Amino acid sequence: MELYERTIHELQRLLRDGETTAVEICRSVFARIEAVEPRVHAYIALMREPAMAAAAAADEAIRRGDPPPLAGIPIALKDIYCTKGFPTTCGSRILQNFVPPYDAAVVEKLRAAGAVFTGKTNMDEFAMGSSTENSAFGVTRNPWDLDRIPGGSSGGSAAAVAADLCIASLGSDTGGSIRQPASLCGVVGMKPTYGRVSRFGLIAFASSLDQIGPFTKDVEDCAILMNAIAGYDPRESTSVPEEVPDYRGFLGRGIEGWTVGIPREYFVAGIDPEVLACVRGAIRVVESLGARCVDVSLPHTEHCLSVYYIIAPAEASSNLARYDGVKYGYRAEGAADLLEMYKKSRSEGFGPEVKRRIMLGTYALSSGYYDAYYKKASQVRALVRNDFDEVFRSCDALLTPTTPTPAFRIGEKTADPLQMYLSDICTISANMAGIPGISVPCGYSSEGLPIGVQFLAGHFAEGKLLQIAAAFEKGANIPRRKPKL
Amino acid sequence: MKITKDEVAYVAHLARLSFGEAEIETFTSQLNDILLYMEKLSAVDTAGIPPMTHAIVRKNAFRDDTVQASLSADAALANAPDRRGDFFRVPRVIE
Repeated sequence: MELYERTIHELQRLLRDGETTAVEICRSVFARIEAVEPRVHAYIALMREPAMAAAAAADEAIRRGDPPPLAGIPIALKDIYCTKGFPTTCGSRILQNFVPPYDAAVVEKLRAAGAVFTGKTNMDEFAMGSSTENSAFGVTRNPWDLDRIPGGSSGGSAAAVAADLCIASLGSDTGGSIRQPASLCGVVGMKPTYGRVSRFGLIAFASSLDQIGPFTKDVEDCAILMNAIAGYDPRESTSVPEEVPDYRGFLGRGIEGWTVGIPREYFVAGIDPEVLACVRGAIRVVESLGARCVDVSLPHTEHCLSVYYIIAPAEASSNLARYDGVKYGYRAEGAADLLEMYKKSRSEGFGPEVKRRIMLGTYALSSGYYDAYYKKASQVRALVRNDFDEVFRSCDALLTPTTPTPAFRIGEKTADPLQMYLSDICTISANMAGIPGISVPCGYSSEGLPIGVQFLAGHFAEGKLLQIAAAFEKGANIPRRKPKL
Repeated sequence: MKITKDEVAYVAHLARLSFGEAEIETFTSQLNDILLYMEKLSAVDTAGIPPMTHAIVRKNAFRDDTVQASLSADAALANAPDRRGDFFRVPRVIE
């Protein structure tokens, strides 16, 4: 087995036992990148030189006998986190030459934990999209079938883990942008509770929904990264001062006696039969582990997509007003006055999907339409949250498909935005309610494409999510396949 | 029609975006599809439901009003498309 194929916990053991070095691991991952990245295009930019230096520093710390927890572990970052002195584009032409003057909180934390950053991964522009086709820097391909999309918006981060172009990665999830690509690429992806991970230095899309989380090769690695990134940050005013447990402590506990809700609204028309069969198989696994699966209802589910595509674009239209060609980012040449400079810079700098969402959001917030759209959506959002509060009174967790279909073909949905939006149908409700969710591989389609199962739990119950995800992973015992590249 | 071409052009101005005639056509048609889909929200009974603004209820997050380290002027201006001294330079706004 090559070093690049390993998990974080396997590499930690090899490093501890002196069987390998951080520099060897780093070389292995970059050799893999050299061989495979041209076909996958998971990265916008690689960090080879700083990575080698960080790996050498990790080896030094290991020799001294005081290595930090993630010493020498190669991790990829979605290009949405500010990295001090290294370009951060958010997949947009408007930020093509932006070099942040500071690190995002999660970047700081991982740096301090000794992680080795491999590069910045590709994404839909400003995280708006479900396929990574909206990047200004080319499409990322699904490692399991290069003609298919990896999901989005964190498609590069998911594909990089699936193709062994890093050991783990970070993404961001506003409506499913971690869980959906994790499912389509056959890796583990978690969206923590709103407020659990600091978003300081995360480029904002929809501030009441955005959350940062990990992509990993297994559930144990997910717990390891959650230990590294969770926690209160006074610089981020929505960060919550709630104690962070040791997430690894939840692994291996089992789910005997648990009640797991199966929300019937997620098992309706439009779900691919193979996905349905795989998820039904997952229900049987959970039952075989001693949990009771019960039918539950989340009656406002059918409205989630509408609510999301009002609230997220509304917040985005406000957040993206800062891109005006004055302080940083792209400025168009030759504008006669300030107004024209704004319009030209933004029109030349943003891609079509970002413009569509800014338009939708501006319309929903504009005078005369605010009550009908934004206010109405915010009220229905409260009903969605109430639905979850109600079921979590009797359920430890919920089990649903992560995505309605396996990965679709590149170009298949680009002409019809509404069809593209529907691929988030199973994931957006968690962002509405602010609850945590995780996608875990649960099987493969007849064409060999990965399928994921989603577990949801109440606010700050990431530990329980990792507990059921780990129990499921072990109980299902799905053979660890790798894409043929 | 939920939204007309004229409204799309007006919203574009509010959003500080400019579009050609073909783009206005495309956006009008796509935004109509999306807004029609959202129509069904109006059927939901929301009487007496307060709008939800945050997933996790937190009171205002204040800190003590003390001076803390911040970016230097040079660091803050380093990404400026156009700069003069310690200022961001823009097209003339006062005649």
